[in-house]
Amino acid sequence: MSFPGTYVLRRLLIALPSLLGISIVLFTVLALAPGDPFGELVSNPNVPPEVAAALRHKFGMDDPVLVRYLRWLVAMLQGDWGFSFASRIDVDTLIMQRLPTTILVIGSSQLLAILIALPVGVYAATRPYSLFDQVASTLTFIGFSLPTFFTGLLLILVFSIRLDWLPFVYRSDIAASGWHFYWEHFRQAIMPVTVLGLFQAASWTRYVRSAALDVIRLDYVTTARSKGLKERAVIVKHVVRNAMIPVVTLVALQLPAIFGGAIVTEQIFRVPGIGSLLISAILANDTPVIMAVTFVFSCLVILFNLAADILYGWLDPRISLR
Amino acid sequence: MAGSTLASASVSVPLRASRGRPVSLAQDIWRRFKRHHLALLGALILLAIVLGVALGPWLWNVPINAIDFNARLAPPSWRHPFGTDDLGQDLLARMLYGGRISIAVGLAAMLIAVVVGTIVGAIAGMSRGTVDTALMWLTDLFLSLPQLPLLLLIIYLFRDSLKKVVGPEVGVFVLIVAVIGGFRWMSVARLVRAQFLSLREKEFVEAARALGASRLRQVARHILPNAMGPVIVAGTIDVANAIIAESTLSFLGLGFPPDIPTWGRVLYDAKDYLDIAPYWALFPGTLIFLTVLSINYVGDGLRDALDPRRIL
Repeated sequence: MSFPGTYVLRRLLIALPSLLGISIVLFTVLALAPGDPFGELVSNPNVPPEVAAALRHKFGMDDPVLVRYLRWLVAMLQGDWGFSFASRIDVDTLIMQRLPTTILVIGSSQLLAILIALPVGVYAATRPYSLFDQVASTLTFIGFSLPTFFTGLLLILVFSIRLDWLPFVYRSDIAASGWHFYWEHFRQAIMPVTVLGLFQAASWTRYVRSAALDVIRLDYVTTARSKGLKERAVIVKHVVRNAMIPVVTLVALQLPAIFGGAIVTEQIFRVPGIGSLLISAILANDTPVIMAVTFVFSCLVILFNLAADILYGWLDPRISLR
Repeated sequence: MAGSTLASASVSVPLRASRGRPVSLAQDIWRRFKRHHLALLGALILLAIVLGVALGPWLWNVPINAIDFNARLAPPSWRHPFGTDDLGQDLLARMLYGGRISIAVGLAAMLIAVVVGTIVGAIAGMSRGTVDTALMWLTDLFLSLPQLPLLLLIIYLFRDSLKKVVGPEVGVFVLIVAVIGGFRWMSVARLVRAQFLSLREKEFVEAARALGASRLRQVARHILPNAMGPVIVAGTIDVANAIIAESTLSFLGLGFPPDIPTWGRVLYDAKDYLDIAPYWALFPGTLIFLTVLSINYVGDGLRDALDPRRIL
């Protein structure tokens, strides 16, 4: 099967225009915005006007729009994201410090969401309109109607303030070593991961259920059953794999919302990731950091969409041959 | 909506209209909607909340910004049914007033999303070739934008200048509604386009075309009314999403200013007092949750009621 090479390359080529499109949107927003990125320097009385003017000239703020866009894009792609006004270090260093935490929290919450959504959704689809299905569907409605900021506060209220089981501030400087270090990290990650994971699990359970319900009625499933296959084999090998195809699409479409939830969660639990970095940068008027974090989020969305496309090709080989 | 698809041989509905009173479209939708009990319950709760925030400020005639340091952080009592905040302001009055803003933002943002989405989807659905491709590429591009970071970026960049032009309250309202609506039209556009692609080939549209109806008349009179079912459902869900988006912005401290106590804003102020005044966070949070849950159930009920292929 000629699956990986050409197919992956083709998807990559499709991803490039969207990256360009997103960069144009970002740059337009920045260019349309009133004031200019050097406003901070101009209004600062310690910076003499001639220095500000020299900086404007040096950074080519007075060039035509297209030239400025191309220069900005090249700089962004090279990882030259400028200098943080507030933290006084390079933006890329700052983001690289914060990114692993965000990826860890988002990754483990997605894992939790899949571990809940897949079995619950499939089980509900095998017994449609049963008591289990009705309870599960009510819970999913409640799950995605509960905003992440409220669930986060509720968990803090119950588990940190009332029961005092879990810490509600995420710390990166844990004074411990060995097993204790990992245990403390695990303890402080429980609540953020649960908040994000449950929210995602709620909508994914609905997708999995309806996709599995569509597949389970098809003739080839009846054929598999009448061949005498065990129910478990029918569900796991025949139903789930095909039900996953629409689910992967829907999950990829949901990715921007996941990052939104991650920003809120990081803010509530003070997780030192790029989401809380974005909020503090906005509150400190730190434009280079704001732009860079938004750019990183956009790249992550495209990257995960690409991953979803490739997964799609593996789940449904017909797609990669087209 | 009913009658847009020909009833297939397997779907033989007893013709209720032929016996007894004729049933109007609205009556039929209501009859179908009623059968979804949770949707009906959601509609009732939603009605209560909307009536509460619409009429409440007249009935509960307490100023939202009356500071009373003797009643700081007072738990719920008859004098202050929802308790008070750190300045002794009555939370019930603030929540009733803020609910108006939260729900108004939800409705206005939904309206923008539905109008923009319907226009984009209708143009894409009626035109073939490059226009359709370009519009759908734009839709997909918007779908893959990280919305919350961009919302925050736009609000950060434009907040101050808009405040100067139209004043702080209107400025923030217009900005928040525009950006939330501006990032939510994509699903509506896709739905409308899909509906248009199938409806424009249907016999009744062909008949209209044969009778010499202009393109505009075909769209406005024949296609669009039949495409509205899924759009109404998506619009309902969009109200819930917009309310969550506004609360999220306010909760991050980047939405409405402190003197406009939307539910998200009250929650933002309350989060630092969770240990001594948990009720302060619980009331606005529960209200957001109840409103969103009710709207989602109403949307679910409408989905069943407006789908002509589903027999209820």
